[in-house]
Amino acid sequence: MGTGAAALAFGTRPALATPPQTSAPTPTNTAQPPASTAPFFTPAEHAFLQAACERIFPQDESGPGAIALGVPQFIEQQMATPWAQGQTWYMQGPHISGPANLGYQLPYTPQQIYRLGIAGTQHWVQTQHNAAFEALPPAVQDAVLSALEQNATTFENLPSAMFFEQLRSDTLEGAFADPLHGGNRHLAGWKMMNFPGARADYMEWVDRYATPYPYGPVSITGQTG
Amino acid sequence: MADKTLPPVDAVVVGAGWAGSIMAKELCEAGLHVVMLERGGPRSTAVDGAYPNSIDELEGAVRYKLFQNLATSTVTVRNRIDEQALPYRRLAAFLPGEGVGGAGLHWTGVHFRAMPQDLRLRSHVIERYGRTFIPEGMNLQDYGVTYAELEPFFDRAEKVFGTSGQAYTVGGKIVGNGNPFAPDRSDDFPLPPLRDVYTAHLFRNAATQAGYHPYAMPAANASQPYTNPYGAQMGPCNFCGYCSDYACYMSAKASPNVNILPALRRHENFSLRTHAHVLKVLLDSTGKKATGVVYQDAQGNHITQPAGLVILAAFQFHNVHLMLLSGIGTPYDPQSNTGTVGRNFTYQNITNSTVLMPPTRSTDQFIGSAGGVAIDDFNCDNFDHGPHGFIGGSPLWVNQAGVKPIAGAKGAITTGQRWGSAWKKQAIDSYRHSFTINAQGSNMAYRDVYLDLDPTWKDAYGQPLLRMTFDWKDNDIRMNRYVIGQLQNVVKALDARDVHYGMREAGKPFDVRDYQTTHLCGGAVMGDNPKTSALNRYLQSWDVPNVFVIGANAFPQGMGYNPTGLVAALAYWSAHHIRTQWLKGNGGPLVTP
Repeated sequence: MGTGAAALAFGTRPALATPPQTSAPTPTNTAQPPASTAPFFTPAEHAFLQAACERIFPQDESGPGAIALGVPQFIEQQMATPWAQGQTWYMQGPHISGPANLGYQLPYTPQQIYRLGIAGTQHWVQTQHNAAFEALPPAVQDAVLSALEQNATTFENLPSAMFFEQLRSDTLEGAFADPLHGGNRHLAGWKMMNFPGARADYMEWVDRYATPYPYGPVSITGQTG
Repeated sequence: MADKTLPPVDAVVVGAGWAGSIMAKELCEAGLHVVMLERGGPRSTAVDGAYPNSIDELEGAVRYKLFQNLATSTVTVRNRIDEQALPYRRLAAFLPGEGVGGAGLHWTGVHFRAMPQDLRLRSHVIERYGRTFIPEGMNLQDYGVTYAELEPFFDRAEKVFGTSGQAYTVGGKIVGNGNPFAPDRSDDFPLPPLRDVYTAHLFRNAATQAGYHPYAMPAANASQPYTNPYGAQMGPCNFCGYCSDYACYMSAKASPNVNILPALRRHENFSLRTHAHVLKVLLDSTGKKATGVVYQDAQGNHITQPAGLVILAAFQFHNVHLMLLSGIGTPYDPQSNTGTVGRNFTYQNITNSTVLMPPTRSTDQFIGSAGGVAIDDFNCDNFDHGPHGFIGGSPLWVNQAGVKPIAGAKGAITTGQRWGSAWKKQAIDSYRHSFTINAQGSNMAYRDVYLDLDPTWKDAYGQPLLRMTFDWKDNDIRMNRYVIGQLQNVVKALDARDVHYGMREAGKPFDVRDYQTTHLCGGAVMGDNPKTSALNRYLQSWDVPNVFVIGANAFPQGMGYNPTGLVAALAYWSAHHIRTQWLKGNGGPLVTP
């Protein structure tokens, strides 16, 4: 991947947040409300996200998939948090690569991982298939995702596997986090898992070993499935 | 920014977790003017634990709301001395706390004592197996304090924490079906044990069939409403399943915030300052006496707080970091095996095995508490190590503290591709029908495993990060593999569909990317020899006798049990000797080297 992805990643819009202020201590890491209502993802990026998340967590006989669960909206909402701007990670240089077991060493925030990863994947797919990812048949989309997962390419210094893991991890979080974060719509993720959500009181059920837990889920805001 | 020096106080306590809160309470009771400094913000169960917003898996366990923000300060990690250490940039393997309550706010609440043999492991191993049983390069050491000496303080801590459990013997008499390997107790647990959840019940039956000795795990989760000796009130655990990573909305899980701070705040001679990040302990010109500490406040001011007594009670590695930054004691040198600060850094050797039950059995993993069922048959020296040639052991247990669906999906037992429809089906099945058995083992100390200051990276205050040099060693790998081999006898007695054994593998280095445990130990250990320990048996610095360093940093090696019960007992033990001896003396060493 050449400089094209970087230009696409960082040059098309100024949406990247201020780099993390590592010179001044951050007293707490509690989540804050989104600072801006402007979406992070462009419509084109959003189209990729929809298609990719749905292949990772598809609609099938087990239940709804990522799109029906609102996973792309969840990821959009997460992009406005301090986490997405790297404010809960140690981001100071030098950034030196090392063995994988010593963990993440890149200078990229989650926002930057998405920006680089989506642009890089689209560029890669375009050269190979002459189409955008979201326009490919599902089987080809799966093959592309598998290649990313197996680290077939890099986007600038971002290994494609790292982008894939971010996407997979956030997709699962969007499917199963409380709906107040934008995903898990209608508590459908929790219903698939038989998870009662914010009921969180099993005093009467601890030792009724033969009795299935009878109640459906409830969310933090009191929504029921 | 305005730097200033405040009027002196009797004692400054660094850190508002368990160790700091216990020490501050004891010193206030002794009449001292105490200032407690916490680098994080104020936290209370009433606010941070308020239902329902507190039980948000994404905020709590995924975004780490209550944990240390690494953007400000972290550590670097490497496996070997000849390797480049790299920063621990994203929380994963271990999760230190931050803010009032420290890790004591987000811990699970498993509350063990220590085994008598663990406290004098070097002496015990030599007595039973001979000196040659200790492998080359292992810095096996005694604590310098015995179980009999600590027993009243274990008892005190259990009463303050409102601990639920089942004793085996009290005063030498068998009182119930507790852990038959546990040492004798002067009194029963303050509360009866928590009930077994379904998966713990399965484990209890299978372990019994295998011929082992299951018992209810001691948990600082109140099985009934409880009022502790400080007048602090706990509600009954309702098994909500939000123990680890969360503040307990029922106030059923012991925390400094629920169990000590309400009483501490009533002392007029106590004050707590938050967002106060201690940069170093100040020493006088002799280097043998601390004169106070300097900290940075939320506005960036450097504040000097003079004090006659300095208690370091931050998290394990922060205590070691502060000693190194302040020049207290001699930094450890792994080449010569001399020096004490940074020496005997250890972890806990935990692997998790997952059992998949038949589709007809719902494991209801969302129900949870800090309780559970354990066996100690392979912990400590409860079995003959002679034929095996390793030191240490591991309890085995089902300690279901509530598995929520994000963790359930990410940790699902699946085969094939890790996404897509086939994976999704398996992940749902796994969440509904599986459960986890942990082997939480000891970790011995080695000559080339230690802490020092990193030469490259700095924290947000411009100070060098702490560097960890750590890897798994042959002794500990073989111990884990032996114990997992015995676990197979238990699993055989379960009606399991599938089992995935978690086991250490030779040649697979310590990996910072996966959560293991926050039970980091050592680095400034207690002992009876100033050449091999930074602290004496009262957790007093051998080098600067008006500095006491309280925490799991004092453990000479890692044990199979969770550390908090021993940390609390050591805090009460140290405080007792400060009150009864040190304050009445000339401020010098309590032990003559």
